[in-house]
Amino acid sequence: MSEIMASPQAAKAVFAPGTSDREIEAAAARAALNYRRRVTFWRWAILVLFLAGWEAASTYGVIDEFFYARPSTIAMRLYDWITEGTSEGPLWYHLWVTMEEAMIGFAVGAVAGVLVGIALGRNRMAADIFSIYIKVINSIPRVVLAPIFIMILGLGLASKVALAFVMVFFVVFSNAFQGVREADRAMIANAQILGASQWQLTRSVIVPSAMSWIFASLHVSFGFAIVGAIVGEFVGSRFGIGLLINIAKGSFDSAGMYAAIVIIMVVALAAEYVMTMIENRLAKWRPAPLHETN
Amino acid sequence: MSDHATSPAIELINVSRRFLTPDGKSMTALRDFSMSVARGEFAAVVGPTGCGKSTTLNLVTGLARPSGGEVRVMGGPVSGIDPRIGFVFQTDALFPWRNVIDNVVAGPMFRGQSREAAYAKARQWLARVNLSGHESKYPHQLSGGMRKRVALAQTFINEPEILLMDEPFSALDVQTRSLMHEELLRLWSAQRASVVFVTHDLEEAIALADKVYVLTAGPATVKAVYQVDLPRPRVVADIRYDPAFIDLSRRIWNDLREEVQIGYQRSEQAA
Ligand SMILES: Nc1ncnc2c1ncn2[C@@H]1O[C@H](COP(=O)(O)OP(=O)(O)OP(=O)(O)O)[C@@H](O)[C@H]1O
Ligand SMILES: [Mg+2]
Repeated sequence: MSEIMASPQAAKAVFAPGTSDREIEAAAARAALNYRRRVTFWRWAILVLFLAGWEAASTYGVIDEFFYARPSTIAMRLYDWITEGTSEGPLWYHLWVTMEEAMIGFAVGAVAGVLVGIALGRNRMAADIFSIYIKVINSIPRVVLAPIFIMILGLGLASKVALAFVMVFFVVFSNAFQGVREADRAMIANAQILGASQWQLTRSVIVPSAMSWIFASLHVSFGFAIVGAIVGEFVGSRFGIGLLINIAKGSFDSAGMYAAIVIIMVVALAAEYVMTMIENRLAKWRPAPLHETN
Repeated sequence: MSDHATSPAIELINVSRRFLTPDGKSMTALRDFSMSVARGEFAAVVGPTGCGKSTTLNLVTGLARPSGGEVRVMGGPVSGIDPRIGFVFQTDALFPWRNVIDNVVAGPMFRGQSREAAYAKARQWLARVNLSGHESKYPHQLSGGMRKRVALAQTFINEPEILLMDEPFSALDVQTRSLMHEELLRLWSAQRASVVFVTHDLEEAIALADKVYVLTAGPATVKAVYQVDLPRPRVVADIRYDPAFIDLSRRIWNDLREEVQIGYQRSEQAA
């Protein structure tokens, strides 16, 4: 439906004079399909052009292969890693370690961010007291925490989870807080007069109205969780994609570094897709935006 | 009628309400405000914009407390939000993430009624406001008039003894508005609630109400009260051609016009 609206062709078809309802619907459906196909075509075309340009530039010496590698070697490296494993053991194990760290950090950080955000959003005094500390802590560049966490928590899972946590927490917290603050006054008054207790008010008005803010933050923060895990691994670990990057860096293996980046991109894209699906499920009450992307 | 039942539904006795402006000064919105609405009575309140009409309603709900004077509901003082009160808001106050029927059951569910009872009752109320078949639509899929009817069902399902309405129909077009007037009078005559209906529209006030309060430009006090003795049941669409209606609206408008002009001059000075 929204796809139909988003496509200018569909609009033209709808207002074509002298056609029956069925013809109009068919034309709109055709136009929508057409539009989606064109979007998909251009997405792939740009990727292919980019990779071909890269390959050619490497081949003809426009860029130095030593630093920039080339798509074919990167693909080969990925193939190697997938079929035969890396020099540090199977690829899947490294990927699993990174994902485990990122997912635990994300889950704990998101839950904590939402809870603290809602609690402070509902309590003005607490918000005023703690806001200064949150600002101060938030101003710390997360990367410098990596060596500290590794020193305290060791080379294993805990330090990476902690890093992913601090990456996620503040983003989710500030969005949840803002979402609570933006909750419509008339709607709150309405719920109270209809008989809602404070707890019912929080649960059935404040939280749902903050939900779109919270989701916006979850979208970006899963990426941040992966960043946290990988930075942690990069600084010190025995397993993980970050370790692979670190080893590739140590042996001036640019193809290995890019291969690791490709893996991260694929994972992040998949996570984004899942997140959008969940959000669409939960937010079916929202009107379709005027310009639907995707 | 028992003795207890003879006290007015709503009483404001010499009420005042002050606000602190952002620069820390005190601003008086209501002063020496007294009004009384009998049980089952339909009172309309008109006054220039910004004079303090919404403030008055908020005092009755218990969402706000008076700075001075006393507010009494059903013979007792107001403390907190009174469950016998229903409120229809000027702006859209439906929950956009709930569909129509889930919006309507909100009140009974908040008040701890069982799911089945609440949904059965909600279906009845949706039928009464002619929205059967729209149960699973979301507010953004409804027209303005339909949303308003959902809001009415949402409020009426709690069977409020006191119904406060803050310019409920001002955002609607003229035709829908007159349909809503009929609807409201029908629901009110079945329910016999006491109503305070705030509006900018003098004709709306006279057509619906038993009594019209005219407020002064802020700080608001009651400038005059007019009894509307038009017979019921009324046909809102036709009553405006009744000579008694025309005569009354001319008299009230003379009163109101002065206050509107004062309010207007003030806002010009402030600008
Ligand atoms: N929370 C508040 N803080 C400070 N001033 C307020 C507050 N609420 C209302 N006021 C002031 O009180 C006065 C009366 O406001 P109120 O909303 O009651 O007017 P109204 O008669 O309902 O106006 P309208 O017809 O435009 O809705 C206004 O001057 C307004 O600026
Ligand atoms: Mg108002």
